[in-house]
Amino acid sequence: MQFNIEVNNRLIEVRKGETILSALYRNGIKVPTLCNMKDLSPTGACRICVVEVEGKENLVTSCSYPVEESMKIKTHSPRVVKARKTLVELLLSNHPDDCLYCERNGCCELQDLAIDLNIRERRISGKKSRHKLDLSSPSIVRDPAKCILCGRCVRVCDEIQSVCTLDFLNRGSKTIIGTAMARDLNFSSCINCGRCVMVCPTGALHEHGYLDEVLDSLNNPALHVVVQYGPAVTVSLAEEFGIKAGKDINGVINAALRKIGFAQIFDTAFGADLAVMETVELIMQRLETGEGFPVISSCCPAWVKYAEQFYPDILPYLSTCKSPQQMLGSIIKSYYAPQNNINPNSIYSVAIMPCLAKKFEAQREEMTHKAISDVDVVITTRELSRLIKMYGIDIQNIDPQTPDSPFGTRSSAGKLFGTAGGTTEAILRTLHYRMTGKELNSSKWHDLRFVSGIKEIPVKIGGKELKIVLANGLTGIEKLVEGILNKTINAHFVEIMTCPGGCVNGGGQPFKSGDKDVKARTRSLYEIDEVDTIKAAHKNPLINELYEKFLEKPGSDKAKQQLHTCYTKRDVLL
Amino acid sequence: MDNQDNANIIKFFLENVLINDPSGYPKLVEDRLEVFRRNRISKPIIFIGITSSSVCAGALNVKTAIEEYIAENQLEIELVIIGSLGICSDEPMIDIHIPGKNRIVFRKVTPNDIQPILDGVLNKYLPLEMVLGQYRHKFHEPWQDVPYLDELPFFKEQNRLILANCGVIDPNSIFDYMARGGYRALAKAIRNHTYEDICSMVEQSGLRGRGGGGYPTGTKWRKALQVSTDQRYMICNADESDPGAFVYRLLMESDPHRIIEGLIIGAYAINASKAFIYTRNSNRLTVERLERAIEQAYEVGLLGHNILDSGFNIDIVIRKGPGAYVCGEETALIRSIEGKRGTPTDKPPYPTEQGLFGKPTVVNNVETIANISSIVLNGVDWYSSIGTDNSKGTKIFSISGKALNTCVVELTMGTPLSMILELCGGVGSGRKFKAMHLGGPSGFSVLPDELDVPIDFDKLKAAGLAIGSGGIQILDDSVCIIDMVKYFMYFIQKESCGKCIPCREGSRRMLEILQNISKRPQTENGHNTLERFKGVIHLESLAEVMRDTSLCGLGQTAPNPVLRSLKLFRDEYEEHIFDRKCQAGVCRDLRTFYIDIEKCTGCTACAKKCPTNAIIGTPRSPYFVVEDKCIGCGICEEVCKFSAVYFK
Amino acid sequence: MENRIEILLEKYSHSRRDSLIPILQDIQEEVGYLSEEAIVIVGKHLGIPTSKIFGLATFYNQFRFEPKGIHHIQVCHGTACHMLGVVSIIEIIEKRLKIKAGQTSRNGKYSLEVVTCIGACSQSPVISINGVYYSKLTAERIKQILEEIMGE
Repeated sequence: MQFNIEVNNRLIEVRKGETILSALYRNGIKVPTLCNMKDLSPTGACRICVVEVEGKENLVTSCSYPVEESMKIKTHSPRVVKARKTLVELLLSNHPDDCLYCERNGCCELQDLAIDLNIRERRISGKKSRHKLDLSSPSIVRDPAKCILCGRCVRVCDEIQSVCTLDFLNRGSKTIIGTAMARDLNFSSCINCGRCVMVCPTGALHEHGYLDEVLDSLNNPALHVVVQYGPAVTVSLAEEFGIKAGKDINGVINAALRKIGFAQIFDTAFGADLAVMETVELIMQRLETGEGFPVISSCCPAWVKYAEQFYPDILPYLSTCKSPQQMLGSIIKSYYAPQNNINPNSIYSVAIMPCLAKKFEAQREEMTHKAISDVDVVITTRELSRLIKMYGIDIQNIDPQTPDSPFGTRSSAGKLFGTAGGTTEAILRTLHYRMTGKELNSSKWHDLRFVSGIKEIPVKIGGKELKIVLANGLTGIEKLVEGILNKTINAHFVEIMTCPGGCVNGGGQPFKSGDKDVKARTRSLYEIDEVDTIKAAHKNPLINELYEKFLEKPGSDKAKQQLHTCYTKRDVLL
Repeated sequence: MDNQDNANIIKFFLENVLINDPSGYPKLVEDRLEVFRRNRISKPIIFIGITSSSVCAGALNVKTAIEEYIAENQLEIELVIIGSLGICSDEPMIDIHIPGKNRIVFRKVTPNDIQPILDGVLNKYLPLEMVLGQYRHKFHEPWQDVPYLDELPFFKEQNRLILANCGVIDPNSIFDYMARGGYRALAKAIRNHTYEDICSMVEQSGLRGRGGGGYPTGTKWRKALQVSTDQRYMICNADESDPGAFVYRLLMESDPHRIIEGLIIGAYAINASKAFIYTRNSNRLTVERLERAIEQAYEVGLLGHNILDSGFNIDIVIRKGPGAYVCGEETALIRSIEGKRGTPTDKPPYPTEQGLFGKPTVVNNVETIANISSIVLNGVDWYSSIGTDNSKGTKIFSISGKALNTCVVELTMGTPLSMILELCGGVGSGRKFKAMHLGGPSGFSVLPDELDVPIDFDKLKAAGLAIGSGGIQILDDSVCIIDMVKYFMYFIQKESCGKCIPCREGSRRMLEILQNISKRPQTENGHNTLERFKGVIHLESLAEVMRDTSLCGLGQTAPNPVLRSLKLFRDEYEEHIFDRKCQAGVCRDLRTFYIDIEKCTGCTACAKKCPTNAIIGTPRSPYFVVEDKCIGCGICEEVCKFSAVYFK
Repeated sequence: MENRIEILLEKYSHSRRDSLIPILQDIQEEVGYLSEEAIVIVGKHLGIPTSKIFGLATFYNQFRFEPKGIHHIQVCHGTACHMLGVVSIIEIIEKRLKIKAGQTSRNGKYSLEVVTCIGACSQSPVISINGVYYSKLTAERIKQILEEIMGE
């Protein structure tokens, strides 16, 4: 049912049952918010979205108040603006004034709000709460001093990710966000996915940055600094430079990285091709015996940590293949290095990822080989943009280049790893070839694209029906895992992506991007696949060359040593 | 009492008392009830008031003394525990009833008094100085020279509808309650009326919520009843956490069955099969009494499956609030029962639509619920004849602070506020009455010349006041208003749930501003004065935003004491800010110390400890304080062994 | 301790989240405080993340995470007690026992808790030590009481 309400002396049409805020947005009236989150129920905590409703004694929060017939609303009356301004001033009175040093300087919602409300004077001042900076996690830094207690991180961790690491602790002005027993993040059940970082309106949660380490190694003549970048990075970085979302600037990134001084530039999609080869081999072996299904993807390190903590019983089903980042990292040091007469110890291997959990993954004990870690440091898409800016590179005006050999060619299947469902699609292409000996007529699997939530998808290869399950995001993951454990869900392959949408929507991606931007990145990956000539991992000549020269064949002992690992139960406070 | 006896008594009440009109009780029934009412007794009874408050005053020691006395003298005396009459300052209190004589009340009894009192009374001789008064009874012989309780001004001016049983009956006995008409309202409601009827009855009675908001109770019930659902919940809000308020506590400890009965009727009116009482875990005695009352109600068949053969099922569960002031707010209370942090949620949706576990829920406070049985029993016309046009019935207040008598009183709506001052005996210290503070941390102070405002929801509101939940403090001129407001704000910032910005951050900043006013900086210059002055201006603007934008009642009303005191006691604020003086001598930083030359021995202890070297003199002759240097820390006073240091 | 908690939990065998507070209250009654171990066991029993249990427990005044002292002092800081000078009583206790409100002394002998209102305003200022009330306190009286318990 629709009816009219009066907003700022103008009638607007609204739908019964919706909130004032949603009605205002649809009608192009902007009201600021801090705690409000799309798709999650309002909490009414920040009060920034208050509006004046005629006949109501107090201001009402538009995010939670439903529209009522013959309502008369003022969204920017002096009373409302004064209230909003005072609220922000109150927040600022307990905020460290270090914007210039803050991760979120320039893309901070609190800062924006202060600017919009024309706060130019410190009217309210007082004692600030003192907090400890939590640097324990290799992925996420928690700076409670900057926290405005909007609770977005708590809600996203609970309601979207089902991890429940965070909650409000204490009460009143002593309230903080914290973990169980107020432990440091690294000793908590945090899976490092970084969804909390993405929703945090201030710098209270931000990535653990490693730019200094990267710069130091670049300036260290004794080190041979190589770099790899994830498939989703190339379609996302452009946004950091004001270019429209989804534009692929792969070539430009190659050129920029080379200018910065990286000795070798590699594409992680090559690692993804390798991961496809190994995973397909694993599936083929299990198909022979018919046992050990489902094979569950393990290329998402946040999901792996989730499984280790919450469902150690599921670990035997996890694919033993390392993630593309780690596979590429491993062969860089074990194959590329000796091939070029470089001591693996003097190689400094940098990975640029759309992800925060990758920072954690690179530091895992399992990801080292003879005390040499596969990847030395991981930086995010956001950090890359800073690096490029720091080196004064005008990405609008440089010519694209290609990555370096011996991993200079990738298939577009490897590129698809950047989006949810892409991993499966890439695997199926090669699996089809391995099972039937024939190439696919059309490489596209429409059923696997833009899946929302958890979905079971049957696919036919040759005469055989395989059951695939896609989990796009961790919402509802308990049901899936329990289903697998108690055999009510029988599948051959399960792909689990912690971030909704996959790596294109990872925790290391540009801030302030909306659903539309994420979709544009995904589409861009599909477009790349559309025009690419090598559409499957097994058709990548360099992959075949690598096997011939070094790894022998998929699943060989050599491959097992370099490209596989296993995971064990992890004890944390759940 | 063995089980058979108990079963027989229950049968007696169920068959003869609950369902019949008292006017038609056969003599046999009436006689037996007189025994239960302890009016017909065969041996002496000593009643002792045991409540949280009297226990603090030492009632348990008095009880032990009585038991020892009885044992020592091998007397046939029954010892009965009762609640409190409400004159808390006179506790511990005991009543003695010997056959044939009126029941008589003694006040301020200590264990040492037991021997003389009992020796006297049992020999019909009274230590008059400890007697408060005697009960009136037509068949008993009165004591000479002892006033009747109902003639004492304290009781005469009250209208004790709800407190009627408090301090009279044994709160641990359901039979005591039933013998005085208890649970007849429930029987009447459930046998003769539909849910709808009860809602209408309460609506027409004009009963309004006693928690402070004054929302019509019947309307609230009807709203919940009208939502179609498979489950509704009734909740009794007994989380009385206002500092200095003890109305509910006294009521629940003295007459718990009245609450249980009201709650069952309420649950019936909204067709809820489950009810909760949310009380404070720290009040062990309250919880204990309620638990016993509920147990007894189950035993009699007033709770549980198919109560009184009506087909209606009802269970009551006690939830012990683990201590958070904000849980007095209904949405926070609901979340607390659900096992969550007690943070309030936005309304709408109102609890009557989506409350506990998402089901329609009515939350009423203890006093509201205590009114229900009398409305049902005596009818709408009777109830609505009490009070004023828009405020029916009575209101209970607890009075503390600098009052002569800390007490609990029940007054008819429409009585002027001045009566409260009268009943508590005014200021106790012999100092000047300064103000009356209504409603604790969210309340208002009232000046002596404003006390003619009647106790009435609308009239108080028109005067810029609110009735609050019933806690009242009497202030004399030894109370610094800034200190009191600071205390309230300290309380609020500590008890704020921390969810919304205005309350969490606002209360904290307001507290700082208030602290600033009464703090002495190390060096005083014009700049500091300006800061303090600016602070007060901010207080007003912060208060306004806090009231306007806070999520729940706690934040919205938290600025009340500040705003009100700024209006009433502006001069006191200015004195603190500009003259740096606190007349009441409470704000320690603003005190200046002096040394009494008569008492000072020149021992040098103070001079050695003074952090600013403000004390000078020659050893062995009186020292003195250099006023300009004194920062008012009070160390000199602490170290002086001769009490020579004093402050102004 | 694990055992004692398990026994307690038997009573709550088919419970859901709304039993969380009663369970924590029972545990605190039994053990004196909420240990990490206890929180983990309750979390497993009810299927609630420990972060949520900790978040809830830190919200309410009642729950404590370290054992009480042998002498547990509760001071009422209600309005009436405030007006009658309880603040200086608290200061004296803090100074004498060298602990702040909410703390337990290092030797485990004393703990101090400031509570909202005991509801005995006629006896202000009032404190209780291990459940025994001391009312109408003065600076002299509290010093004397402290001497007594410290002498033990």
